[in-house]
Amino acid sequence: MKWLRGGGIWGFIVRRLLLGILVLFLVSVIVFAGTQALGDPARAILGRDATPDRLAALQAQLHLDQNVVGQYVQWLSGLLHGSFGTSLASQQPVSQLLGPRLVSSIVLVVISAVISIPLSIVIGSYAALHREKKFDTIVSNVMLGLASMPEFVTALLLVILFSTNIFHALPSISPVPPGHRAWEYPDELILPVATLVIAVTPYVSRIMRASMIEVLESDYVEMARLKGLSERTVLYRHALPNAIGPVFQVTAISLAYLAGGIVIIEYVFNYPGIGSALVDAVTNHDIPVVQALAVLIAGLYVVLNLLADVATILVTPRLRTRL
Amino acid sequence: MSQTELPTENAAALVEGVDVPTPAGRGSNLIRRSLRLGRTRVGLVLVGILVLIALFGPYLAPHAPDAFVGRPFSSPGGGAALGTDYLGQDVLSRFLHGGLDILILAIVSTAIGLVVGLAIGLIAAYSRNWLDEVLMRTMDVIMAFPQIMLALVAVTLVGPKNWVTITAIALTTAPRVARVARGAAQPVVERDFIGATEAMGMSKARIITGELLPNILGPMMVEASLRLTYSIAVIAALAFVGLANDPNAANWGTMISENQGALATQPWGALLPILAIALLTMGTGLIGDGIARTAAGIDRERGDE
Repeated sequence: MKWLRGGGIWGFIVRRLLLGILVLFLVSVIVFAGTQALGDPARAILGRDATPDRLAALQAQLHLDQNVVGQYVQWLSGLLHGSFGTSLASQQPVSQLLGPRLVSSIVLVVISAVISIPLSIVIGSYAALHREKKFDTIVSNVMLGLASMPEFVTALLLVILFSTNIFHALPSISPVPPGHRAWEYPDELILPVATLVIAVTPYVSRIMRASMIEVLESDYVEMARLKGLSERTVLYRHALPNAIGPVFQVTAISLAYLAGGIVIIEYVFNYPGIGSALVDAVTNHDIPVVQALAVLIAGLYVVLNLLADVATILVTPRLRTRL
Repeated sequence: MSQTELPTENAAALVEGVDVPTPAGRGSNLIRRSLRLGRTRVGLVLVGILVLIALFGPYLAPHAPDAFVGRPFSSPGGGAALGTDYLGQDVLSRFLHGGLDILILAIVSTAIGLVVGLAIGLIAAYSRNWLDEVLMRTMDVIMAFPQIMLALVAVTLVGPKNWVTITAIALTTAPRVARVARGAAQPVVERDFIGATEAMGMSKARIITGELLPNILGPMMVEASLRLTYSIAVIAALAFVGLANDPNAANWGTMISENQGALATQPWGALLPILAIALLTMGTGLIGDGIARTAAGIDRERGDE
């Protein structure tokens, strides 16, 4: 596909943006088709013993009396104007319902990222500098074990360790009361954040280690050492800035992965974010909320991946010439 | 999205959505060679023990999984070696009955996802034209839905049936496999022997299955164990949030949520299944890493494992 090449860095960014918009559009079509167009959501919500007039009322509320394309256009234009419909369970506007929860989830993810990224860079670099030594071996095995476990199992093991069975230091659930903000309860944030950090750090530190090893074996680091520069200068001025590129990409992918990972973690800790909202909406058959969350989480994934690609290009000069 | 445009492909095999470059290595003796690594053996032992528990547990259980043997949450002793659960059923018996469903669902859904993903990835890599673009961009769109989210939504709309779970997990596994398969097959497609088989007039299907596939078995085995690890996680998580096929059946995921409330007083009901899932996934993770290291040909990480 020739037209996909050329244009330098701006051409690349524009192409990635257009591709991202296309993917988002297709995501919205799939979400809509999956949740509304297939089958009869009104019947799925009300169950088998629904009275005809309640069914008709709900069908009108969901705009099911129009044709499919009309329904989609109406839903999509609502999305674009920030109106996600009305929750069936609480009869509140979905945006009003999800707004504070989205903030709570972002708080959780941002704190986790702020802790786990520097931690991963330090662990990964240290392991690379002391390759095959004790620290490296132990860390690599522990990380591998932690990375393999499902997040909810990690979360529960932390609960067992720190709040119910061994120590009783931390609250085992994090139910921030409505009207309050998550950061007003820092002790309730510790275990959810720890779970997310444990879920992400293995991946990012692994990439950092691999990237660091590659850089340390490169000719220019060899050259810097031969010039007689101190090991400290070699490390901080020459190796680290070059090794850090892939970390951006993996961090963004990990964050995108967290968009899915928080679903179960929030449920475990009863934390009022978008993840537990999804589980609630799913159990209540609250279709408008499910639709909004599906588009939101998938959209987050697309945007984060896009940022990752652009950031990687920006921090890796040699890639720019290949555009 | 298309990380395929970027040569940062020496990224993690363990991260979702990153292409893995090809560690060369042939299939059958790769597993044998990987057994020289301690971690593969540990992984194999862990998986072996838990698979045996899941398979033969139901025959060893002292009670029926739904028999009431005491008061709810009574401590170990009497008729129940590890105490009773939230309804007064025997924890040990329910644990021994609870692994099979998760294991079967995980294996079946991963296998379907692998076959479909492999086919798509190989066809995309071999075609090298618009078909490649269309297939891989379609995979990008599906990948925008996190596995657990797609599974949750599918189960809401259709109901907590086994086939829904299997379809949802296979559907979300396939694009991730397809990406790895395509990434691994691309350099192979460029090699001379593929051109030679084309010149000999071999059919495309034969080239893809007979020539391409054997050359990417190494990375695909790594991918298989990785995907199995994720599938176990999603299936256990679905049961944990109460969306198992049969909410009353003994199931490790369901058991955890049923007995989680009594962790402080009668921990066995939740602890046993938590440990089982943790060790099972650690085992598959260790095996995958062992094979990856062996396939890479060096016993050290270069990011491509």
